[in-house]
Amino acid sequence: MNSVPPSSAPAGRRRLPGTGFVLVSGCAALLVLCLLSLAVGVRSVPLPVVVDALTAYDGRLPDHIAVLDYRLPRTLLGLLCGAAFALAGALIQATTRNPLADPGLLGVNAGAAFAVTLAVGLFGFQLISLQLWFAFAGAVAAALLVYAIGMASRDGATPIRLLLAGVATTAVLHGFGSAIALFNPLAFDSMRLWMLGALAGRDMATVSAAAPFIAAGLLIALSIAPALNALALGDSLARGLGTRVVRTRLLAGLAITLLAGAGTAAVGPIGFIGLMTPHAARWLLGPDQRRILPGSLVFGPCLLLAADVAGRLLLQPGELEAGVVTAFLGAPLLIALVRRQKASAL
Amino acid sequence: MNRLQDVGDGSVALAMAGGRLSVRLSRRGLLASGLMLAASLVFVLLSLTSGDYAITPGDVVRVLAGGGDDMLRLVVLEWRLPRACLAVVLGMALGISGAIFQSLTRNPLGSPDIMGFSVGSYTGVLIVMLVFSGGYAETSVGALVGGIGTAAAIYLLTWRRGVDGFRLVVVGIGVAAMLSAANVWLIRKADLQVAISAAQWAAGSLNGLGREQLAATSFCLLLLLPAVFVLSRPMRQLELGQAVAVASGVLPERTRLFLALVGVALVAVVTATAGPIAFVALAAPQLARRLSRSAGALLLPSALMGGLLLVMADWAAQHALGFQLPVGIMTFNIGGLYFLWLLASDGRK
Repeated sequence: MNSVPPSSAPAGRRRLPGTGFVLVSGCAALLVLCLLSLAVGVRSVPLPVVVDALTAYDGRLPDHIAVLDYRLPRTLLGLLCGAAFALAGALIQATTRNPLADPGLLGVNAGAAFAVTLAVGLFGFQLISLQLWFAFAGAVAAALLVYAIGMASRDGATPIRLLLAGVATTAVLHGFGSAIALFNPLAFDSMRLWMLGALAGRDMATVSAAAPFIAAGLLIALSIAPALNALALGDSLARGLGTRVVRTRLLAGLAITLLAGAGTAAVGPIGFIGLMTPHAARWLLGPDQRRILPGSLVFGPCLLLAADVAGRLLLQPGELEAGVVTAFLGAPLLIALVRRQKASAL
Repeated sequence: MNRLQDVGDGSVALAMAGGRLSVRLSRRGLLASGLMLAASLVFVLLSLTSGDYAITPGDVVRVLAGGGDDMLRLVVLEWRLPRACLAVVLGMALGISGAIFQSLTRNPLGSPDIMGFSVGSYTGVLIVMLVFSGGYAETSVGALVGGIGTAAAIYLLTWRRGVDGFRLVVVGIGVAAMLSAANVWLIRKADLQVAISAAQWAAGSLNGLGREQLAATSFCLLLLLPAVFVLSRPMRQLELGQAVAVASGVLPERTRLFLALVGVALVAVVTATAGPIAFVALAAPQLARRLSRSAGALLLPSALMGGLLLVMADWAAQHALGFQLPVGIMTFNIGGLYFLWLLASDGRK
């Protein structure tokens, strides 16, 4: 007689697919998306020509120019910023123990937006390359401010204090920013372009400016993954297990600031990657941060590149910006997820 | 007959309608409410005296008592008083709405915005402005349709054998994110002038509003007030948890639906009148709670704090900087800065 094998998972627990299988298929999907991102667009380039452009570049061929000068930076930014947003989201969800936390809650987007408004409105800088540094400085300053206010208490930066400080800082920056923008049409015009987060229209200089910060953030994030597992048990239990809680939180904060700050500075405020990806990773790989972080590292770029490629196909001959597509892709997913039976265990 | 009664433990009960309706306030809460009321009055008076046509407090009192020359009466009674009163009334509506939503979601960051009202109304307004080039009335209609449609969509998407507070927040975030992406895109595609006037609406402003809007708005809010009173007791019961609420005879689903309806209706009135005035609904219940040192989201202190915040913000938006700002930008700044200060001072203790 066939009976239920004794080793089967307890009722209500799903059997997870193997970690290796999930990560390998994620990487394969990412590779396909990268090739699509290089080939697809208003000017469709066949795959052999894409390979030619990458290996034997000929500056006289329009196809090669399209691939190397326009789509390569775009694809690299998708890889970098997708990973950055996803990892920043995973870190902030782990450290605040809040499944709905998003890097934007730390005031990063508001800080960057305010700095861009200042740069254009008060100083008249309209070059994207200058705006990049302003945005980065603004994002970092806002995150530092939120942490400083969050930590100005006996108990240190508790999750709820951090969130409140983030909301308040966002509000103030948004208030000052819109005051400037409403009285300065030039600043308003740059703002409305910047607010629409997009991978398009950036060059290799943007990629090389953002890459070192994102790489540093990635390394810090991956190095604290085991400590984050302990943190999930609560601060006192984590301390009892020998985790240095304050140090872990500080490093996580530093990584989030670097990742979200550089990502936002490079491509503008693209939401949902940071919120969604860790959930997808947790769903496929289980609650261990040592799997969630690498998983986010693979799925984040997948999501962003898929959104970018889809945006190129949807409104031909125009394009829909990646920031709009991620919202329209991510939000229904989020709603479907929360409507599932065990939503509270999200 | 209303009567105040000392019920011991440092609190006071106000019983109305033969004891069928009663409000219980701590002494601290009563003191805080008195202070907020007094401060609101001060700011209303301040709004009446300040402006290009400066008026002394003595003249204001004389006009309010029925005296003063025609010019004074025109400026004080026709121009400045309706606007100041409108600020207080709209602020109170926002405060109550915020208290309702914070109780409904049991989350200090719950605000009418979780129902996507301001984002949705902005979408409605953008469509009216971009497609139909509408004026004030059309804009108000667009705001109402967009806002109420969004709130209904969020409620329906949340419904699954009941509405759970957490699910409501998540669905709200999702729908709001989609709509705000659409808004940013619409703004980007619009003509610069149209985009700027849409953004001005989205900042929320009392500029140019007066007696007519005050009358219409007050009428709508008075209609909603009985519903707020009736719901206040089941709301407190729900805060104690679903089981306690059911045991004391409250129908949780129906109560939540009505609470959400009233909360959205309050915001709808405000938004249709003045645009989405940010942060008051979020901050007022929190600030009121801290001032009156009570646990839950209390309706009366929240309303008073909302009124105070908005009249203060509107005065500052008109006179503090030397140029006129939309009041919504001021509420962002005042609310946010005060919030930051409270967080920081709380930490030093």
